[in-house]
Amino acid sequence: MAPLLEVENLSVTFGRKGTKTVRAVDGLSFTVDPGQTVGLVGESGCGKSVTSLAIMGLLPARGVTVTGDVRLEGRSLLRLPQRELRDLRGSEMAMIFQDPLSSLNPVVPIGVQVTEVLQRHRDLKGEAARKEAVVLLDRVGIPDPRRRLKEYPHQLSGGMRQRALIAMALACAPKLLLADEPTTALDVTIQAQILELLKALVVETGTALLMITHDLGVVAGLCDRVNVLYAGRVIESAERRELFGNGRHPYTAGLLASVPRLDSPRGAPLLPIRGSARDAIPWPDGCAFAPRCDYLIDACLGEPPELTDLDGSHQLRCCNPTTVRPVEVLA
Amino acid sequence: MTETPEAVADDILVSVRGMKVHFPIRRGIVFDKVIGHVKAVDGVDLDLRRGKTYGLVGESGCGKSTLGRAILRLIEPTAGSVIFDGVDVAKLSGEKLRRTRKRMQMIFQDPLSSLDPRQNIESIITEGIDAHDLIDGRKKSRVRIVELLESVGLSAQALRRYPHEFSGGQRQRIGIARALAVEPDLIVADEPVSALDVSVQAQVVNLLEKLQKQLNLTFLVIAHDLAVVRHISDTVGVMYLGALVEEASSDDLYAEPLHPYTRALMSAVPVPDPDVEDRRERILIPGDLPSPANPPTGCRFHTRCPWRQPERCDTEIPELRVLRPAHKVACHYAEQIEAGVIRPKTAEEVAAEQGVYVAATGGLEAEDLLGSGLSPQQGF
Repeated sequence: MAPLLEVENLSVTFGRKGTKTVRAVDGLSFTVDPGQTVGLVGESGCGKSVTSLAIMGLLPARGVTVTGDVRLEGRSLLRLPQRELRDLRGSEMAMIFQDPLSSLNPVVPIGVQVTEVLQRHRDLKGEAARKEAVVLLDRVGIPDPRRRLKEYPHQLSGGMRQRALIAMALACAPKLLLADEPTTALDVTIQAQILELLKALVVETGTALLMITHDLGVVAGLCDRVNVLYAGRVIESAERRELFGNGRHPYTAGLLASVPRLDSPRGAPLLPIRGSARDAIPWPDGCAFAPRCDYLIDACLGEPPELTDLDGSHQLRCCNPTTVRPVEVLA
Repeated sequence: MTETPEAVADDILVSVRGMKVHFPIRRGIVFDKVIGHVKAVDGVDLDLRRGKTYGLVGESGCGKSTLGRAILRLIEPTAGSVIFDGVDVAKLSGEKLRRTRKRMQMIFQDPLSSLDPRQNIESIITEGIDAHDLIDGRKKSRVRIVELLESVGLSAQALRRYPHEFSGGQRQRIGIARALAVEPDLIVADEPVSALDVSVQAQVVNLLEKLQKQLNLTFLVIAHDLAVVRHISDTVGVMYLGALVEEASSDDLYAEPLHPYTRALMSAVPVPDPDVEDRRERILIPGDLPSPANPPTGCRFHTRCPWRQPERCDTEIPELRVLRPAHKVACHYAEQIEAGVIRPKTAEEVAAEQGVYVAATGGLEAEDLLGSGLSPQQGF
């Protein structure tokens, strides 16, 4: 099966003439198969949101250099003119954001915002569009959708707003849905509702989901495949069970050991990673994680390690991988 | 280091009784009229044991931050008392209150907005020391500040720098150093790690635990992250709509949660382990937190509760009662639920039963729902 989305050697550099440039994404490659749920995991500053914006073509034109290739069904997106991109966004690929309040227009009723998508991409007008909007809101679990259509974003709770955004994103049955931290701003019980909803919708509609999050717990329950990002690069990529059971990169292991788990025995110490991601900028020549790594050897300071195949589906970028399974550290 | 005989270690440092904080809702331009109250905290009792950590969890809007601030009297409580080491803080004023404040400090969620961007680190930390005349002379105070910075894992080079020059984790360390500068007994930490990345989060959690052991501090940790609270707390209180619904030792609460809300909360927390995630059954609770301006009658959780029983849950407010040693729960049917006599309904059934979801903005909705046929007289 050909992948739905191919991101190949994607690099994003910020900086204008005369200012120091910052490379947020550095040679990133991964793929998403049709109907698959793929996670991009990492801490703030690792380039996960910039990646999603680059895929959607939402980065500003000035001061940003994007190189590499992003292909949706074999069609290269990076060099498409804005007009064609606009046709794709919303119909072929859609995105939901972290903060549902700031991604909805505060002075326009929900109904208008949902029907706008239907008018633009599906040519539905008037009553037909309204009917479809009701169906959409109903599908994402918004009660009394007819009344909600007339309401403004501030009248909805955080969970409802996120549901409305999901309804808009799914309005044209896109092949790819990008979700950038969709539950981070929500309470845990609401987060559980939204995650269940996303899970059900992915199965129901066959949409591929690219889930961007910092929460390893969310990934563990939702994603088929997980890419761990550090300093703008994929440092480990594996199937969900393989990654959590047999993650080999010291950063992956470190992340898992620093999260307190609800089900682990109390008093088990947290083993944090030294320093913070930002300490390392500008990144040294070798492995970007080297300054924080407990498994540092001389080889780490030489050439940056390449992403290598461990077996068919597990890739790793590390000179001295850990052999301790993350789960054992916790047990 | 303060001397701490083991005998004192077990006694109670802060005792909160009947704490209420009601914020008036005003309306009108010319005539300012109070048309109702948001009952952010509505009758909370809790005890903080010396040298221990009390964790307060709940979702946003449940009143946990307000409670924390009211204990420090950063917000005036509407009613209730806060006995701090034998003195009622709620009745203090002027110089006495100011001096008591030296003994209780706060750590905030957002370390950037809680540090003055125009003050350097030395000046930020010196402020408290000067205000309470703890140390005479610049030199000595400089030594003390360096000592403080080192205890939170920063170097003396930080002294002349400004908050924006530090990373989030370092800023939180500065906030902790500032709180420690006046040698407090109690530290209220409001979401101390939720703004931080996971790897840094663990560093700060470990630091707080280390400092507690060294200085015999009493912590009140307010957080929405149950896993963090479980890790750091000795006792945990769960809040819902301004009241405690369950209180137990950290181990007991997580091993056998008794209140339906605690159960739902616990089952909603994602665990970074695919096996656990695939096996577990989520208790989904429908809808959102009802408006605290117009809380549901009876048990406040009944509008979302999968175990709700007719009549009693709708009309009678459950008291926080002791079900087991050191395990309190505010639910009429906690025993039956635990024994499995009452079966939970699915989220859809609960939602259908209530007619609509109770939306956060829909104080009116809740009223519509509950107003139908439920008057206080009817139950009894």
